[in-house]
Amino acid sequence: MSTTADALHLQPHEAHGAEHHEDHKPSFFVRWFMSTNHKDIGTLYLIFAIFAGVLGGAISGIMRWELMEPGIQVLNRAWPIGAGTANFDEWTHHWNVLITAHALIMIFFTIMPAMMGGFGNWFVPLMIGAPDMAFPRMNNISFWLLVPSFCLLLGSTMVPGGSGLGAGTGWTLYAPLSTAGSAGPAVDMVIFSMHLAGASSILGAINFITTIFNMRAPGMTLHKMPLFVWSVLVTAFLLLLALPVLAGAITMLLTDRDFGTSFFDASGGGNVVLYQHLFWFFGHPEVYIMVLPGFGMISQVVSTFSRKPVFGYLGMAYAMVAIGVIGFVVWAHHMFTTGMSVDEKMYFTAATMIIAVPTGVKIFSWIATMWGGSLTFETPMLFAIGFIFLFTVGGVTGVVLANGGVDTYMQDTYYVVAHFHYVLSLGAIFSLFAGFYYWFPKMSGKMYNEFLGKVHFFLMFVGVNIIFFPMHFLGLDGMPRRIPDYTPAFAHWNYVETIGYMITVVGVAVFFVNLFWSLAAGKKAPGNPWGEGATTLEWTLPSPPPFHQFSTLPRID
Amino acid sequence: MGLQDQVTPVGREAAGFHDYILLPLCAIISAIVLILLVIALVRFRRGANPVPSRNSHNTTIEVIWTLVPVLILVGIAIPSIRLLRHQYSPPPADLTVKVTGHQWYWSYDYPANGVSFDSYMLKEKNDPTRQANQRFRTPVDGPPLLAVDQRVVIPQGKVVKFIVTADDVIHSFAVPAFWIKQDANPGQLHEAWVKVDRPGVYFGQCSELCGARHAFMPIAVEVVPPAEFAQWVASKGGHMPGATSAAQPALAGTAAASPAAAPASPALATSTTH
Repeated sequence: MSTTADALHLQPHEAHGAEHHEDHKPSFFVRWFMSTNHKDIGTLYLIFAIFAGVLGGAISGIMRWELMEPGIQVLNRAWPIGAGTANFDEWTHHWNVLITAHALIMIFFTIMPAMMGGFGNWFVPLMIGAPDMAFPRMNNISFWLLVPSFCLLLGSTMVPGGSGLGAGTGWTLYAPLSTAGSAGPAVDMVIFSMHLAGASSILGAINFITTIFNMRAPGMTLHKMPLFVWSVLVTAFLLLLALPVLAGAITMLLTDRDFGTSFFDASGGGNVVLYQHLFWFFGHPEVYIMVLPGFGMISQVVSTFSRKPVFGYLGMAYAMVAIGVIGFVVWAHHMFTTGMSVDEKMYFTAATMIIAVPTGVKIFSWIATMWGGSLTFETPMLFAIGFIFLFTVGGVTGVVLANGGVDTYMQDTYYVVAHFHYVLSLGAIFSLFAGFYYWFPKMSGKMYNEFLGKVHFFLMFVGVNIIFFPMHFLGLDGMPRRIPDYTPAFAHWNYVETIGYMITVVGVAVFFVNLFWSLAAGKKAPGNPWGEGATTLEWTLPSPPPFHQFSTLPRID
Repeated sequence: MGLQDQVTPVGREAAGFHDYILLPLCAIISAIVLILLVIALVRFRRGANPVPSRNSHNTTIEVIWTLVPVLILVGIAIPSIRLLRHQYSPPPADLTVKVTGHQWYWSYDYPANGVSFDSYMLKEKNDPTRQANQRFRTPVDGPPLLAVDQRVVIPQGKVVKFIVTADDVIHSFAVPAFWIKQDANPGQLHEAWVKVDRPGVYFGQCSELCGARHAFMPIAVEVVPPAEFAQWVASKGGHMPGATSAAQPALAGTAAASPAAAPASPALATSTTH
């Protein structure tokens, strides 16, 4: 570093004594609004993701409230959007706006920013022994693109989108509902929002790939990288390859809507199913984008609290690579009922089932990591164990859904909703909480409250299972997804699920109490609060790490 | 809590595959993982095992837990592929019904019988959005949100082919008890077939998000013995193929001729012919 500084003829005092400049922080505005520091940008991403997550979770609260009983009893109340309207179609349109917003917020503005932007930014450089990300300014742009993107999505709920205000197309934006079926600017705003979020993620992915390939400390070979770094690397490739396809597909939607093209309009020679192929070519890798960094975090947490190295490290790393690769060739299992040929269905059935193999390798390797270990059950470990079991449940229902012939019944029912919430709400979100508690002392320099953490875990574990497990029953009973009202036969389990939501909300409230209490009055955290099991490089630094770390690169043997 | 009773051969095969192979497998695998986890948590907690082992490799076990799932999946794939083959080998159709999804109702055409009509959800008596002269749901029509003003009627024991399409956005024609779900794509024709062996009324709902009233365009299929089917066709002003029918009203007139087909929405006026 100092040679570079000399070569650029920087002021002499910048070149020497990097040690005591390590913790020199810029002024508030420069630090947080023009940030080039990976840890600060990571913090911004986490704050953003928590904010968006609360909003997305609140939306699911409105939905569970509406679904608690048969009939329309919530959508007809005064809401910011369409307040006081008596038009039935507007009420039910607002339902579609809610499901659309819930999905987009949770996927693009909560899970992805938290996993990649938050923990990826914070810990990839620390774990590979790098001073920062490869392109710090691009890192800043990645974050700040998300803010206008989020504003566009929120703004879309206040402009006309067809039967009422907002985009009521579902997050998949299927044509022609999203083209001819949704007059008004709302869907256009959602498309632009996705363009920006996609650009943000692509820039972030380039940054991660460059950083991981070029900035590893001496001796840190690819096969010595912590599994979390592996997971971010694989995820970054998925983002880089999948998001441009989404960008293309939604741009075609945009021109179909506004410029008279007919890519997805049969009357002009287009094909409505083509959009679905393009969308799911992105959309299926997207689900692995959401969960792979979680796999990485779970590996770190399980290894730390078992006080053992990860079992089958190479198998774990290449299982993620395999999941990433296979993830690109299974997309049409989301489209089994579109009328595809029997050969297509057979191929996508078989290809989809293959994903269960590397996923199984991961599950068994986590258990084998614990086997023979010396386990303690701090909050991160509880969330990790919860993750392993619940992800297994979500995984086996995935094998059920993989069968094209069986999916005929399950497609677009609550069975699918149960499945993907088990792998995302109970998979990705649990791994985020595991990672958050695990790294909170490192990020903040304060210990969280262990008791509140455990209360949070148990409330949430019980709550989300009560929400999502009965959805399997509703799906088998035949209840379609994305409906605001249902026939009374479905009432019982819907009521139970709403109770589960209430329990979950209390659990999340405990999380926030813990968060703010710990930030304000938590015990000071040592550099490594987890002891012998925490072997990755971030634990060799003080908590919180200095503003700039590793000005002398560590050597890994 | 379980799959709906299946009344078609394909449905029974699929339900059996789910109930006797997939579901037990899910339960067994989840149970194995849970048991292994619990054993690990108890045996290797710090109190019981203060000194962790350093083992991090065991090629044999890694090969086993890769290969055993592969074998299980091959075991699933065989009945799964067979099921697909059966779904996709329909016997020659005895009756063809064209199903068209609209925002937000279904219309049905029996091209060989000269019958065609629209099918709307019946609103509740106290529903404020129901017009005064509009027929409301009674218990005999079926459950709330599932009952329709005109059911699609098909003969028992006959192979019925549904040709499914849509004229605005994508809908999906689904009847869980028949194990069919076929997206209705505008500009495309797709088919689903059934051979129902038990008379009765079977309900389904639109299964692809199609806009504001997506939840309110149910499907009700009434399966009747063939003789009754012929009577129903005659009552609709249609004719059985081959039969010489004396009075054959014009197609467009059939909907208006039947009082039950009173429009439930002004949108009807634009969509009686396809």
